[in-house]
Amino acid sequence: MTDVLVCVKRVPESSSSVVLTEDAQAVDGRYVGFTISDHESCAVELAVQIADATEGSATVLSLGPEESSEQLFGALALGCKAATLIEADSTRFGPADVAREIAAVVRAHRETGKTYDLVLLGNDAADSGDFQVGIRLAYELGLPVVNGVSTIEVADGVMAAHAEAADGQEAYSVPLPAVATVLEGGVEPRYPTIKGRMAAKKVTIEHREPAAEPVGSGRVRLTLPPPQPSVVQVLGDGPEAAGAVVDLLESLGVTR
Amino acid sequence: MIVVLVETDADGVTEISLETVAFARSLAAEGGGIAIRAMVVGALPVPADAIRDQLGAHGVGEVHHVTGEAFDSYAGAAWAAALQELVAETGSVVALAAGSPRGNEVLAHLAARVGVPMAANVVSFSGLAPFVVTRQVVGGAVLEEMQLSQRPAVFTVAGHSWTAEPAPEPASAAWKERTPEIAPADLVARVVSKEVKGEDLSGSLKTARVVVGAGRGAGSANGFAGVDELAELLGGSVGVSRVVTSLGWRPHHEQVGQTGSRISPEIYIPCGISGAIQHWAGCASSKTILAINTDAEAPMVTKATYAVIGDMHEIVPAINEEIRRRR
Repeated sequence: MTDVLVCVKRVPESSSSVVLTEDAQAVDGRYVGFTISDHESCAVELAVQIADATEGSATVLSLGPEESSEQLFGALALGCKAATLIEADSTRFGPADVAREIAAVVRAHRETGKTYDLVLLGNDAADSGDFQVGIRLAYELGLPVVNGVSTIEVADGVMAAHAEAADGQEAYSVPLPAVATVLEGGVEPRYPTIKGRMAAKKVTIEHREPAAEPVGSGRVRLTLPPPQPSVVQVLGDGPEAAGAVVDLLESLGVTR
Repeated sequence: MIVVLVETDADGVTEISLETVAFARSLAAEGGGIAIRAMVVGALPVPADAIRDQLGAHGVGEVHHVTGEAFDSYAGAAWAAALQELVAETGSVVALAAGSPRGNEVLAHLAARVGVPMAANVVSFSGLAPFVVTRQVVGGAVLEEMQLSQRPAVFTVAGHSWTAEPAPEPASAAWKERTPEIAPADLVARVVSKEVKGEDLSGSLKTARVVVGAGRGAGSANGFAGVDELAELLGGSVGVSRVVTSLGWRPHHEQVGQTGSRISPEIYIPCGISGAIQHWAGCASSKTILAINTDAEAPMVTKATYAVIGDMHEIVPAINEEIRRRR
């Protein structure tokens, strides 16, 4: 029975273009829709897999505006059984603030008898790219943390996790409870089923206030890098351009 | 003082760590000549003298080599504990590392332990009081100005944002061995085994001089023959877009992008890749980009240096044929 808490963040979709809010404090997602990061999608998948394999449970948590319910319902439809939303303006919360808030929920749930064996997060959020919330959370909770893992199996109270390094695969074996941050690549996130969506609708999301006033991230402002004017030189159309391409490769000295 | 966590590989100090040392040097100069200390951890892949000389040439005054049983295999908290001790001992006001997986992880541990903020993937700084850094967010599509008002200032430097040039006035670095005491709690999450794989993993992709890319335009798992052959002919690696790995056409370690590898080859040849921001985050450091795409308006084409418009399945085999013909 492994009870897993998985943390996700509502972020703007940003695959084609990025627009900033007027106060330059956030990415404006109003016209592009919202999602969670690919790393977090894999973390949710792992949470559900581990819960299923050990007859435990998966709970999903987010800190953000009320609209983050959309992302929580998304995870519920995939097999998480409970959800908590710390309702707050996430742009005011730095990574240390977010870690403290998650830790506060873990402690509050513990007092009601709900404990977590494993807390999963994405390796880095798709928008703020802080690379630290999971690690800070581990220090808040006094737990070990494994970073950047792509697969996790749990057996006999021990987490076996694997992380891809540049020259091979590194294995960790860590007793639970523990924290792990997940990198995309080890598991394929499932799609929601109709049954999953129906079950999600029956779950009442627990709403919480932030436990403390945030310190903030030190953000002064966001800027967009100046757009680079297109300088592309078209070498030609279709296979007839092959000669020009090989001329280019030769001039760069990359043909052997 | 400034402390730089330095990583090593088979060639000595990694390129991205040398870039970080160059960043530290610029910061040191701005501060009126602050001394730079480097920390390297564990067994060294090349002789210690080589690393000492390399770091000295790049302006490091002292190299602290951390060893001991606790450092026989990687543990992020143990590395951070050693760094924390060195920062305290030297009274350092800045601790930095490369924006690599290890660098980001160890400095996040350090920041959590010391109770200060950490800025990941910094590309520049402006002024020391207040100390404001600019860093990459949203996979590099957006820049954030962030104030680091506490000391030590802890941050990592984004790869390829600085050039790894030797110092104009090289130092003769002193070598110091250290064997810090590490608490058992800092060794709970530790690498217990490592399976070293063949040369075709993402390691070679990240350092390849030529990368041939393929995206949705490949059409199917069977659509990579031309791309594979072109990479082979040029002695390069194949890199793919996320959609290709999501569809299961190619393995994840070939993925280039925000959640894959970041590459910086002499030439990147993306075939049938439209160029989403997440993909661009991984290939923007390529020196030359030659896009092959049916859509002349695709972001990958408009951002490229060169382009050929048309079907990759016709163009790539023609290029391969032309390369063979000229041999």
